[in-house]
Amino acid sequence: MLVSVRRTWRGQVLSSFVQPVLILLGMGLTVGGFVDRGGALGVPYLDYIAPGLLASTVAQIAVAESMWPVMGAFMWNRAYHGMIASPLRPVDILRGQSAYMLLRTALPAASFLLVMTAFGAVHSAWGIAVLPIGALLTASLSGVILAYTASITSDNMFALLFRFLVIPMTLFAGVFFPVAALPLAVRWAAYVSPLWHAVELCRFATLGQPSALPVAAHVGYLLVWAVAGYELARRRFIKRLGD
Amino acid sequence: MGVEPLIHARGLVKRFGKFTAVDGIDVDVAPGEAFGFLGPNGAGKSSTMRMVGCVSPPTAGTLRILGLDPVRDGPAIRGRIGVCPQQDCLDPELTVAENLTVYARYFGIPRRVARDRAAELLDFVQLTDRARDRVEPLSGGMKRRLTIARALVNEPELVLLDEPTTGLDPQARHLVWERLFRLKQRGVTLVLTTHYMDEAEQLCDRLVVMDAGRIVAEGSPRELIDKYSTREVVELRFGGDPLEPYLERLAGIGDRSELLPDRILVYTDDGDAALAQVHARQLSPGSTLVRRSSLEDVFLHLTGRTLVD
Repeated sequence: MLVSVRRTWRGQVLSSFVQPVLILLGMGLTVGGFVDRGGALGVPYLDYIAPGLLASTVAQIAVAESMWPVMGAFMWNRAYHGMIASPLRPVDILRGQSAYMLLRTALPAASFLLVMTAFGAVHSAWGIAVLPIGALLTASLSGVILAYTASITSDNMFALLFRFLVIPMTLFAGVFFPVAALPLAVRWAAYVSPLWHAVELCRFATLGQPSALPVAAHVGYLLVWAVAGYELARRRFIKRLGD
Repeated sequence: MGVEPLIHARGLVKRFGKFTAVDGIDVDVAPGEAFGFLGPNGAGKSSTMRMVGCVSPPTAGTLRILGLDPVRDGPAIRGRIGVCPQQDCLDPELTVAENLTVYARYFGIPRRVARDRAAELLDFVQLTDRARDRVEPLSGGMKRRLTIARALVNEPELVLLDEPTTGLDPQARHLVWERLFRLKQRGVTLVLTTHYMDEAEQLCDRLVVMDAGRIVAEGSPRELIDKYSTREVVELRFGGDPLEPYLERLAGIGDRSELLPDRILVYTDDGDAALAQVHARQLSPGSTLVRRSSLEDVFLHLTGRTLVD
Protein backbone atom coordinates (compact mmCIF):
# COMPACT_ATOMS: atom_id res chain seq x y z
CA MET A 1 0.00 0.00 0.00
CA LEU A 2 2.85 2.34 0.85
CA VAL A 3 4.32 1.80 -2.58
CA SER A 4 1.10 2.75 -4.28
CA VAL A 5 0.71 5.79 -2.07
CA ARG A 6 4.00 7.04 -3.42
CA ARG A 7 2.34 7.28 -6.78
CA THR A 8 -1.05 8.57 -5.77
CA TRP A 9 -0.28 10.90 -2.90
CA ARG A 10 -0.59 14.02 -4.98
CA GLY A 11 -4.10 13.03 -5.99
CA GLN A 12 -4.96 12.12 -2.44
CA VAL A 13 -3.74 15.36 -0.97
CA LEU A 14 -5.59 17.34 -3.58
CA SER A 15 -8.92 15.55 -3.35
CA SER A 16 -9.14 15.11 0.39
CA PHE A 17 -7.64 18.48 1.14
CA VAL A 18 -8.84 21.03 -1.35
CA GLN A 19 -12.48 20.46 -0.57
CA PRO A 20 -12.23 20.93 3.20
CA VAL A 21 -10.05 23.99 2.70
CA LEU A 22 -12.62 25.43 0.37
CA ILE A 23 -15.35 24.76 2.93
CA LEU A 24 -13.19 26.29 5.62
CA LEU A 25 -12.67 29.42 3.63
CA GLY A 26 -16.15 29.53 2.17
CA MET A 27 -18.00 28.94 5.40
CA GLY A 28 -15.47 30.58 7.62
CA LEU A 29 -15.21 33.79 5.73
CA THR A 30 -18.69 34.32 4.37
CA VAL A 31 -20.94 32.68 6.97
CA GLY A 32 -18.40 33.69 9.56
CA GLY A 33 -18.96 37.25 8.56
CA PHE A 34 -22.53 36.96 9.79
CA VAL A 35 -21.87 34.82 12.83
CA ASP A 36 -19.02 36.94 14.14
CA ARG A 37 -21.28 39.95 14.24
CA GLY A 38 -23.21 38.26 17.04
CA GLY A 39 -20.05 37.30 18.92
CA ALA A 40 -21.82 34.41 20.65
CA LEU A 41 -19.02 31.96 20.02
CA GLY A 42 -16.26 33.98 21.57
CA VAL A 43 -13.91 33.22 18.70
CA PRO A 44 -14.04 34.00 14.95
CA TYR A 45 -16.29 31.51 13.15
CA LEU A 46 -13.49 30.37 10.88
CA ASP A 47 -11.40 29.49 13.91
CA TYR A 48 -14.40 27.73 15.42
CA ILE A 49 -15.16 25.45 12.50
CA ALA A 50 -11.55 24.74 11.49
CA PRO A 51 -10.72 22.05 14.07
CA GLY A 52 -14.12 20.46 13.49
CA LEU A 53 -13.52 20.39 9.75
CA LEU A 54 -10.14 18.79 10.26
CA ALA A 55 -11.69 16.06 12.37
CA SER A 56 -14.58 15.49 10.00
CA THR A 57 -12.24 15.32 7.01
CA VAL A 58 -10.18 12.69 8.78
CA ALA A 59 -13.40 10.81 9.56
CA GLN A 60 -14.64 10.84 5.99
CA ILE A 61 -11.32 9.66 4.60
CA ALA A 62 -11.05 6.91 7.20
CA VAL A 63 -14.53 5.62 6.43
CA ALA A 64 -14.21 5.82 2.65
CA GLU A 65 -10.79 4.16 2.61
CA SER A 66 -12.18 1.34 4.75
CA MET A 67 -15.00 0.74 2.31
CA TRP A 68 -14.40 0.59 -1.42
CA PRO A 69 -10.67 -0.13 -1.65
CA VAL A 70 -10.94 -2.88 0.95
CA MET A 71 -13.91 -4.49 -0.78
CA GLY A 72 -11.80 -4.37 -3.93
CA ALA A 73 -9.00 -6.22 -2.21
CA PHE A 74 -11.44 -8.88 -1.02
CA MET A 75 -13.57 -9.28 -4.09
CA TRP A 76 -12.73 -7.39 -7.24
CA ASN A 77 -8.97 -7.59 -7.67
CA ARG A 78 -8.63 -10.12 -4.83
CA ALA A 79 -5.29 -8.70 -3.75
CA TYR A 80 -5.85 -9.99 -0.20
CA HIS A 81 -6.29 -13.52 -1.51
CA GLY A 82 -2.94 -13.23 -3.21
CA MET A 83 -1.37 -12.00 0.01
CA ILE A 84 -2.84 -14.79 2.09
CA ALA A 85 -0.96 -17.39 0.01
CA SER A 86 2.27 -15.96 1.48
CA PRO A 87 3.33 -16.34 5.12
CA LEU A 88 0.99 -13.45 5.97
CA ARG A 89 -1.99 -14.30 8.15
CA PRO A 90 -5.34 -12.48 8.04
CA VAL A 91 -4.38 -10.51 11.13
CA ASP A 92 -1.18 -9.34 9.43
CA ILE A 93 -3.20 -8.07 6.50
CA LEU A 94 -5.54 -6.25 8.89
CA ARG A 95 -2.64 -4.68 10.74
CA GLY A 96 -1.10 -3.54 7.49
CA GLN A 97 -4.39 -2.04 6.35
CA SER A 98 -4.93 -0.31 9.73
CA ALA A 99 -1.42 1.11 9.79
CA TYR A 100 -1.85 2.39 6.26
CA MET A 101 -5.09 4.05 7.33
CA LEU A 102 -3.23 6.09 9.95
CA LEU A 103 -0.75 7.30 7.36
CA ARG A 104 -3.50 7.97 4.88
CA THR A 105 -5.24 10.47 7.17
CA ALA A 106 -2.05 11.95 8.62
CA LEU A 107 -1.02 13.73 5.45
CA PRO A 108 -4.32 15.56 4.80
CA ALA A 109 -4.59 16.37 8.50
CA ALA A 110 -1.12 17.88 8.55
CA SER A 111 -1.79 19.89 5.39
CA PHE A 112 -5.05 21.17 6.84
CA LEU A 113 -3.30 22.15 10.03
CA LEU A 114 -0.82 24.18 8.01
CA VAL A 115 -3.64 26.05 6.29
CA MET A 116 -5.35 26.63 9.63
CA THR A 117 -2.16 28.04 11.06
CA ALA A 118 -1.72 30.27 8.05
CA PHE A 119 -5.16 31.73 8.68
CA GLY A 120 -4.43 32.28 12.33
CA ALA A 121 -7.01 29.73 13.42
CA VAL A 122 -4.61 27.96 15.74
CA HIS A 123 -4.43 29.83 19.02
CA SER A 124 -2.08 27.58 20.90
CA ALA A 125 1.01 25.47 20.35
CA TRP A 126 -1.10 22.55 21.55
CA GLY A 127 -2.72 22.72 18.14
CA ILE A 128 -0.24 20.11 17.00
CA ALA A 129 -2.17 17.64 19.14
CA VAL A 130 -4.81 17.45 16.41
CA LEU A 131 -2.49 15.04 14.61
CA PRO A 132 -2.53 12.30 17.26
CA ILE A 133 -6.23 13.02 17.84
CA GLY A 134 -6.78 12.47 14.13
CA ALA A 135 -4.91 9.19 14.35
CA LEU A 136 -7.05 8.08 17.26
CA LEU A 137 -10.20 9.08 15.40
CA THR A 138 -9.01 7.14 12.35
CA ALA A 139 -8.43 4.07 14.46
CA SER A 140 -11.80 4.40 16.16
CA LEU A 141 -13.71 4.50 12.87
CA SER A 142 -11.71 2.31 10.52
CA GLY A 143 -11.94 -0.72 12.79
CA VAL A 144 -15.72 -1.01 12.69
CA ILE A 145 -15.95 -0.10 9.02
CA LEU A 146 -13.28 -2.67 8.10
CA ALA A 147 -15.25 -5.24 10.06
CA TYR A 148 -18.36 -4.30 8.10
CA THR A 149 -16.64 -4.38 4.72
CA ALA A 150 -15.12 -7.77 5.49
CA SER A 151 -18.56 -9.20 6.13
CA ILE A 152 -20.43 -8.13 3.00
CA THR A 153 -20.17 -9.09 -0.63
CA SER A 154 -21.70 -6.15 -2.43
CA ASP A 155 -20.95 -2.45 -2.35
CA ASN A 156 -24.61 -1.43 -2.61
CA MET A 157 -24.76 -0.29 0.97
CA PHE A 158 -21.62 1.81 0.88
CA ALA A 159 -23.13 4.81 -0.84
CA LEU A 160 -26.17 4.63 1.42
CA LEU A 161 -24.08 4.37 4.55
CA PHE A 162 -21.95 7.25 3.46
CA ARG A 163 -24.90 9.43 2.65
CA PHE A 164 -27.12 8.59 5.60
CA LEU A 165 -24.64 7.89 8.33
CA VAL A 166 -21.37 9.65 7.65
CA ILE A 167 -22.69 12.94 6.31
CA PRO A 168 -25.24 13.42 9.09
CA MET A 169 -22.54 12.44 11.59
CA THR A 170 -20.47 15.27 10.19
CA LEU A 171 -23.32 17.74 10.37
CA PHE A 172 -24.32 16.91 13.92
CA ALA A 173 -20.94 16.51 15.59
CA GLY A 174 -20.40 20.09 16.57
CA VAL A 175 -18.38 20.94 13.48
CA PHE A 176 -20.40 23.94 12.37
CA PHE A 177 -22.33 24.77 15.52
CA PRO A 178 -22.31 23.73 19.16
CA VAL A 179 -24.31 20.56 19.79
CA ALA A 180 -25.87 22.33 22.74
CA ALA A 181 -27.98 24.07 20.12
CA LEU A 182 -29.57 20.75 19.16
CA PRO A 183 -32.71 19.38 20.82
CA LEU A 184 -31.88 16.82 23.52
CA ALA A 185 -33.07 13.81 21.53
CA VAL A 186 -30.78 14.59 18.61
CA ARG A 187 -27.94 15.65 20.89
CA TRP A 188 -27.51 12.05 22.02
CA ALA A 189 -26.72 11.01 18.46
CA ALA A 190 -23.83 13.44 18.59
CA TYR A 191 -22.59 12.22 21.97
CA VAL A 192 -22.47 8.68 20.70
CA SER A 193 -20.49 9.39 17.55
CA PRO A 194 -16.70 9.20 17.82
CA LEU A 195 -16.47 12.28 15.63
CA TRP A 196 -18.04 14.55 18.23
CA HIS A 197 -15.48 13.45 20.80
CA ALA A 198 -12.64 14.08 18.37
CA VAL A 199 -14.08 17.51 17.50
CA GLU A 200 -14.20 18.46 21.18
CA LEU A 201 -10.59 17.38 21.62
CA CYS A 202 -9.41 19.20 18.49
CA ARG A 203 -11.15 22.39 19.49
CA PHE A 204 -9.55 22.18 22.92
CA ALA A 205 -6.17 21.73 21.25
CA THR A 206 -6.37 24.62 18.82
CA LEU A 207 -8.51 27.11 20.73
CA GLY A 208 -8.04 26.18 24.33
CA GLN A 209 -11.84 25.91 24.67
CA PRO A 210 -12.40 23.24 27.33
CA SER A 211 -14.02 20.11 25.98
CA ALA A 212 -17.48 19.01 27.15
CA LEU A 213 -15.99 16.13 29.16
CA PRO A 214 -12.52 15.69 30.63
CA VAL A 215 -9.95 14.94 27.93
CA ALA A 216 -9.39 11.48 29.36
CA ALA A 217 -13.08 10.67 28.89
CA HIS A 218 -13.07 11.65 25.21
CA VAL A 219 -9.82 9.81 24.58
CA GLY A 220 -11.13 6.80 26.45
CA TYR A 221 -14.30 6.73 24.36
CA LEU A 222 -12.33 6.83 21.14
CA LEU A 223 -10.05 4.09 22.43
CA VAL A 224 -13.01 1.87 23.20
CA TRP A 225 -14.26 2.23 19.63
CA ALA A 226 -10.75 1.60 18.29
CA VAL A 227 -10.11 -1.52 20.32
CA ALA A 228 -13.58 -2.99 19.86
CA GLY A 229 -13.51 -2.14 16.17
CA TYR A 230 -10.14 -3.78 15.68
CA GLU A 231 -11.27 -6.93 17.43
CA LEU A 232 -14.42 -7.15 15.32
CA ALA A 233 -12.37 -6.56 12.19
CA ARG A 234 -9.86 -9.18 13.23
CA ARG A 235 -12.57 -11.83 13.54
CA ARG A 236 -14.16 -10.88 10.26
CA PHE A 237 -10.85 -10.87 8.39
CA ILE A 238 -10.01 -14.33 9.71
CA LYS A 239 -13.41 -15.60 8.73
CA ARG A 240 -13.23 -14.08 5.26
CA LEU A 241 -9.67 -15.03 4.41
CA GLY A 242 -9.39 -18.25 6.35
CA ASP A 243 -12.24 -20.76 6.14
CA MET B 1 9.29 -44.71 -1.08
CA GLY B 2 12.69 -43.94 0.41
CA VAL B 3 12.38 -40.20 0.28
CA GLU B 4 9.98 -38.24 2.50
CA PRO B 5 7.01 -37.13 0.38
CA LEU B 6 6.56 -33.37 0.04
CA ILE B 7 2.82 -33.77 0.35
CA HIS B 8 1.25 -36.53 2.38
CA ALA B 9 -2.50 -36.87 2.76
CA ARG B 10 -4.54 -39.68 4.26
CA GLY B 11 -8.30 -39.66 4.42
CA LEU B 12 -8.35 -35.94 3.73
CA VAL B 13 -11.82 -34.44 4.02
CA LYS B 14 -13.20 -30.93 3.47
CA ARG B 15 -16.77 -30.10 4.28
CA PHE B 16 -18.59 -26.82 3.93
CA GLY B 17 -21.62 -27.21 6.13
CA LYS B 18 -23.51 -30.15 4.67
CA PHE B 19 -21.60 -30.15 1.41
CA THR B 20 -18.58 -32.42 1.18
CA ALA B 21 -16.10 -31.06 -1.32
CA VAL B 22 -13.30 -33.53 -0.63
CA ASP B 23 -14.40 -36.95 0.54
CA GLY B 24 -11.42 -38.77 2.00
CA ILE B 25 -8.47 -38.80 -0.39
CA ASP B 26 -4.98 -40.30 -0.05
CA VAL B 27 -2.16 -38.58 -1.87
CA ASP B 28 1.63 -38.71 -1.79
CA VAL B 29 3.73 -36.36 -3.89
CA ALA B 30 7.44 -37.06 -4.14
CA PRO B 31 10.05 -34.32 -4.49
CA GLY B 32 10.81 -33.35 -8.07
CA GLU B 33 7.73 -34.81 -9.68
CA ALA B 34 5.02 -33.04 -11.61
CA PHE B 35 1.78 -34.20 -10.07
CA GLY B 36 -1.70 -33.52 -11.35
CA PHE B 37 -5.26 -33.51 -10.09
CA LEU B 38 -7.44 -34.11 -13.10
CA GLY B 39 -11.19 -33.78 -12.89
CA PRO B 40 -14.21 -31.76 -13.98
CA ASN B 41 -15.38 -28.55 -12.33
CA GLY B 42 -16.71 -29.29 -8.87
CA ALA B 43 -14.56 -32.40 -8.38
CA GLY B 44 -12.88 -30.95 -5.29
CA LYS B 45 -9.54 -30.08 -6.89
CA SER B 46 -9.45 -26.45 -5.82
CA SER B 47 -10.58 -27.31 -2.29
CA THR B 48 -7.74 -29.81 -2.11
CA MET B 49 -5.27 -27.24 -3.40
CA ARG B 50 -6.40 -24.71 -0.84
CA MET B 51 -5.80 -27.22 1.93
CA VAL B 52 -2.36 -28.07 0.54
CA GLY B 53 -1.66 -24.34 0.23
CA CYS B 54 -2.45 -23.96 3.94
CA VAL B 55 -5.18 -21.38 3.46
CA SER B 56 -8.04 -23.72 4.28
CA PRO B 57 -7.96 -26.11 7.26
CA PRO B 58 -8.90 -29.77 6.62
CA THR B 59 -12.16 -30.92 8.17
CA ALA B 60 -10.76 -34.37 8.83
CA GLY B 61 -7.84 -36.62 7.94
CA THR B 62 -4.09 -36.19 7.93
CA LEU B 63 -2.20 -33.66 5.85
CA ARG B 64 1.51 -32.98 5.96
CA ILE B 65 3.26 -30.53 3.70
CA LEU B 66 7.07 -30.61 3.73
CA GLY B 67 6.69 -32.78 6.79
CA LEU B 68 4.83 -30.03 8.68
CA ASP B 69 1.25 -29.72 9.90
CA PRO B 70 -0.61 -26.95 8.01
CA VAL B 71 -2.84 -26.11 10.95
CA ARG B 72 0.09 -25.55 13.30
CA ASP B 73 2.78 -24.35 10.91
CA GLY B 74 0.76 -22.63 8.19
CA PRO B 75 2.90 -19.49 7.78
CA ALA B 76 6.13 -21.52 7.87
CA ILE B 77 4.88 -23.83 5.12
CA ARG B 78 3.53 -20.95 3.04
CA GLY B 79 6.95 -19.37 3.26
CA ARG B 80 8.43 -22.34 1.42
CA ILE B 81 5.83 -22.96 -1.25
CA GLY B 82 4.59 -20.95 -4.20
CA VAL B 83 0.96 -20.66 -5.19
CA CYS B 84 -0.62 -19.67 -8.49
CA PRO B 85 -4.35 -19.46 -7.64
CA GLN B 86 -7.15 -19.99 -10.10
CA GLN B 87 -8.47 -16.44 -10.03
CA ASP B 88 -6.19 -13.49 -10.66
CA CYS B 89 -5.22 -11.68 -7.50
CA LEU B 90 -2.58 -9.23 -8.56
CA ASP B 91 -2.46 -5.78 -6.99
CA PRO B 92 -3.80 -3.30 -9.55
CA GLU B 93 -2.24 -0.33 -7.77
CA LEU B 94 1.27 -1.68 -8.31
CA THR B 95 3.30 -2.07 -11.46
CA VAL B 96 4.28 -5.47 -12.82
CA ALA B 97 7.70 -5.33 -11.15
CA GLU B 98 6.30 -3.94 -7.92
CA ASN B 99 3.86 -6.83 -7.68
CA LEU B 100 6.91 -9.06 -7.42
CA THR B 101 9.08 -6.94 -5.14
CA VAL B 102 6.27 -6.09 -2.71
CA TYR B 103 5.22 -9.75 -2.59
CA ALA B 104 8.81 -10.73 -1.86
CA ARG B 105 8.67 -8.51 1.22
CA TYR B 106 5.88 -10.66 2.65
CA PHE B 107 8.44 -13.45 2.84
CA GLY B 108 10.96 -11.23 4.55
CA ILE B 109 13.19 -11.17 1.49
CA PRO B 110 15.48 -8.11 1.65
CA ARG B 111 14.72 -5.32 -0.82
CA ARG B 112 17.95 -5.64 -2.77
CA VAL B 113 17.48 -9.39 -3.23
CA ALA B 114 13.83 -8.87 -4.10
CA ARG B 115 14.70 -6.45 -6.90
CA ASP B 116 17.25 -8.80 -8.39
CA ARG B 117 14.96 -11.75 -8.16
CA ALA B 118 12.10 -9.82 -9.70
CA ALA B 119 14.25 -8.98 -12.70
CA GLU B 120 15.26 -12.63 -13.09
CA LEU B 121 11.68 -13.83 -12.82
CA LEU B 122 10.33 -11.27 -15.26
CA ASP B 123 12.93 -12.52 -17.69
CA PHE B 124 11.88 -16.12 -17.02
CA VAL B 125 8.23 -15.40 -17.81
CA GLN B 126 9.16 -13.05 -20.64
CA LEU B 127 7.60 -9.91 -19.19
CA THR B 128 10.74 -7.80 -18.80
CA ASP B 129 9.55 -5.17 -21.23
CA ARG B 130 6.36 -4.70 -19.21
CA ALA B 131 8.11 -4.27 -15.87
CA ARG B 132 7.07 -0.67 -15.32
CA ASP B 133 3.54 -1.07 -16.67
CA ARG B 134 0.37 -1.23 -14.64
CA VAL B 135 -1.27 -4.59 -14.29
CA GLU B 136 -4.66 -3.57 -15.73
CA PRO B 137 -3.80 -3.49 -19.43
CA LEU B 138 -2.02 -6.85 -19.46
CA SER B 139 -3.66 -9.70 -21.34
CA GLY B 140 -4.97 -12.74 -19.48
CA GLY B 141 -1.95 -14.77 -20.48
CA MET B 142 0.46 -12.11 -19.27
CA LYS B 143 -1.33 -11.77 -15.95
CA ARG B 144 -1.12 -15.51 -15.50
CA ARG B 145 2.60 -15.51 -16.28
CA LEU B 146 3.08 -12.69 -13.79
CA THR B 147 1.19 -14.69 -11.18
CA ILE B 148 3.45 -17.67 -11.87
CA ALA B 149 6.50 -15.42 -11.53
CA ARG B 150 5.10 -14.16 -8.23
CA ALA B 151 4.66 -17.74 -7.06
CA LEU B 152 8.39 -18.25 -7.56
CA VAL B 153 9.62 -15.17 -5.75
CA ASN B 154 10.57 -17.08 -2.62
CA GLU B 155 12.38 -19.85 -4.57
CA PRO B 156 9.84 -22.43 -3.40
CA GLU B 157 10.46 -26.15 -3.14
CA LEU B 158 6.88 -26.80 -4.16
CA VAL B 159 4.70 -24.85 -6.56
CA LEU B 160 0.92 -25.24 -6.60
CA LEU B 161 -0.94 -24.22 -9.73
CA ASP B 162 -4.73 -24.23 -9.70
CA GLU B 163 -5.99 -24.46 -13.26
CA PRO B 164 -3.02 -22.54 -14.66
CA THR B 165 -4.26 -22.20 -18.22
CA THR B 166 -8.02 -21.97 -17.82
CA GLY B 167 -9.33 -19.01 -19.73
CA LEU B 168 -6.20 -18.54 -21.84
CA ASP B 169 -6.02 -18.63 -25.60
CA PRO B 170 -4.03 -21.52 -27.16
CA GLN B 171 -0.89 -19.48 -27.73
CA ALA B 172 -0.82 -18.27 -24.12
CA ARG B 173 -1.45 -21.81 -22.93
CA HIS B 174 1.53 -23.16 -24.82
CA LEU B 175 3.77 -20.46 -23.47
CA VAL B 176 2.70 -21.24 -19.91
CA TRP B 177 3.25 -24.95 -20.46
CA GLU B 178 6.67 -24.28 -21.85
CA ARG B 179 7.63 -22.22 -18.81
CA LEU B 180 6.27 -24.87 -16.45
CA PHE B 181 8.22 -27.52 -18.27
CA ARG B 182 11.38 -25.46 -17.77
CA LEU B 183 10.56 -25.26 -14.08
CA LYS B 184 10.17 -29.00 -13.95
CA GLN B 185 13.55 -29.41 -15.58
CA ARG B 186 15.05 -27.30 -12.82
CA GLY B 187 13.78 -29.81 -10.30
CA VAL B 188 10.94 -27.82 -8.78
CA THR B 189 8.08 -30.01 -7.60
CA LEU B 190 4.89 -29.02 -9.38
CA VAL B 191 1.36 -29.81 -8.36
CA LEU B 192 -1.36 -28.67 -10.65
CA THR B 193 -5.07 -29.10 -11.06
CA THR B 194 -6.74 -29.07 -14.40
CA HIS B 195 -9.74 -30.22 -16.34
CA TYR B 196 -7.78 -30.19 -19.59
CA MET B 197 -6.57 -33.65 -20.46
CA ASP B 198 -3.93 -32.33 -22.84
CA GLU B 199 -2.43 -30.29 -20.04
CA ALA B 200 -2.40 -33.29 -17.74
CA GLU B 201 -0.83 -35.51 -20.38
CA GLN B 202 1.83 -32.96 -21.32
CA LEU B 203 2.95 -31.82 -17.91
CA CYS B 204 2.28 -34.50 -15.35
CA ASP B 205 4.50 -37.41 -14.40
CA ARG B 206 1.75 -38.78 -12.24
CA LEU B 207 -1.82 -37.82 -11.67
CA VAL B 208 -4.98 -38.68 -9.85
CA VAL B 209 -8.38 -38.50 -11.42
CA MET B 210 -10.90 -36.84 -9.12
CA ASP B 211 -14.64 -36.89 -9.30
CA ALA B 212 -17.16 -35.71 -6.71
CA GLY B 213 -14.54 -35.35 -4.02
CA ARG B 214 -13.01 -38.80 -4.45
CA ILE B 215 -10.00 -40.18 -6.26
CA VAL B 216 -11.16 -42.68 -8.86
CA ALA B 217 -7.79 -43.55 -10.41
CA GLU B 218 -4.10 -42.94 -9.98
CA GLY B 219 -0.98 -43.37 -12.09
CA SER B 220 1.03 -41.87 -14.89
CA PRO B 221 -0.93 -40.69 -17.94
CA ARG B 222 0.35 -43.67 -19.90
CA GLU B 223 -0.53 -46.15 -17.15
CA LEU B 224 -4.03 -44.78 -16.83
CA ILE B 225 -4.70 -44.96 -20.52
CA ASP B 226 -3.33 -48.48 -20.73
CA LYS B 227 -5.36 -49.60 -17.76
CA TYR B 228 -8.68 -47.91 -18.35
CA SER B 229 -8.83 -47.53 -22.08
CA THR B 230 -7.78 -49.20 -25.28
CA ARG B 231 -5.02 -48.03 -27.57
CA GLU B 232 -7.29 -46.38 -30.09
CA VAL B 233 -10.78 -44.96 -30.32
CA VAL B 234 -13.11 -44.72 -33.29
CA GLU B 235 -15.52 -41.82 -33.15
CA LEU B 236 -18.68 -42.27 -35.21
CA ARG B 237 -21.25 -39.62 -35.96
CA PHE B 238 -24.54 -40.35 -37.69
CA GLY B 239 -25.89 -36.95 -38.57
CA GLY B 240 -28.97 -36.04 -36.56
CA ASP B 241 -30.23 -39.61 -36.13
CA PRO B 242 -30.87 -41.03 -32.67
CA LEU B 243 -27.83 -43.08 -31.77
CA GLU B 244 -29.17 -45.96 -29.65
CA PRO B 245 -30.14 -48.19 -32.60
CA TYR B 246 -26.64 -47.83 -34.01
CA LEU B 247 -25.19 -48.94 -30.69
CA GLU B 248 -26.87 -52.30 -31.02
CA ARG B 249 -25.75 -52.72 -34.58
CA LEU B 250 -22.17 -52.04 -33.50
CA ALA B 251 -22.19 -54.78 -30.89
CA GLY B 252 -19.10 -56.98 -31.07
CA ILE B 253 -16.86 -54.44 -32.75
CA GLY B 254 -13.92 -53.46 -30.56
CA ASP B 255 -13.68 -54.01 -26.81
CA ARG B 256 -16.58 -51.77 -25.85
CA SER B 257 -18.61 -48.83 -26.98
CA GLU B 258 -19.60 -45.60 -25.28
CA LEU B 259 -22.66 -43.56 -26.13
CA LEU B 260 -22.28 -39.79 -26.03
CA PRO B 261 -24.98 -37.22 -26.85
CA ASP B 262 -23.55 -36.50 -30.29
CA ARG B 263 -21.44 -39.56 -31.20
CA ILE B 264 -20.56 -43.14 -30.44
CA LEU B 265 -17.08 -44.10 -29.34
CA VAL B 266 -15.79 -47.55 -30.14
CA TYR B 267 -12.79 -48.62 -28.09
CA THR B 268 -10.39 -50.99 -29.79
CA ASP B 269 -6.71 -51.67 -30.15
CA ASP B 270 -6.89 -51.37 -33.92
CA GLY B 271 -8.99 -48.47 -35.06
CA ASP B 272 -8.71 -49.02 -38.78
CA ALA B 273 -9.79 -52.63 -38.51
CA ALA B 274 -12.79 -51.63 -36.41
CA LEU B 275 -13.72 -48.95 -38.90
CA ALA B 276 -13.56 -51.52 -41.70
CA GLN B 277 -15.95 -53.71 -39.71
CA VAL B 278 -18.32 -50.79 -39.30
CA HIS B 279 -18.45 -50.28 -43.03
CA ALA B 280 -18.76 -54.01 -43.57
CA ARG B 281 -21.98 -53.97 -41.56
CA GLN B 282 -23.48 -51.49 -43.98
CA LEU B 283 -23.49 -48.74 -41.40
CA SER B 284 -22.78 -45.38 -43.00
CA PRO B 285 -21.60 -42.93 -40.42
CA GLY B 286 -21.74 -39.26 -41.43
CA SER B 287 -18.21 -38.69 -40.16
CA THR B 288 -15.57 -40.87 -38.60
CA LEU B 289 -12.38 -40.27 -36.70
CA VAL B 290 -9.75 -42.74 -35.59
CA ARG B 291 -7.61 -41.41 -32.80
CA ARG B 292 -5.46 -42.52 -29.92
CA SER B 293 -6.98 -42.85 -26.46
CA SER B 294 -6.64 -39.93 -24.12
CA LEU B 295 -7.24 -39.18 -20.48
CA GLU B 296 -10.65 -37.95 -21.47
CA ASP B 297 -11.49 -41.54 -22.37
CA VAL B 298 -10.10 -42.72 -19.05
CA PHE B 299 -12.34 -40.29 -17.23
CA LEU B 300 -15.33 -41.24 -19.35
CA HIS B 301 -14.79 -44.90 -18.59
CA LEU B 302 -14.39 -44.33 -14.87
CA THR B 303 -17.28 -41.96 -14.34
CA GLY B 304 -19.51 -42.18 -17.38
CA ARG B 305 -19.15 -38.44 -17.92
CA THR B 306 -16.87 -36.18 -19.91
CA LEU B 307 -14.29 -33.90 -18.29
CA VAL B 308 -15.85 -30.76 -19.69
CA ASP B 309 -19.61 -30.46 -19.16
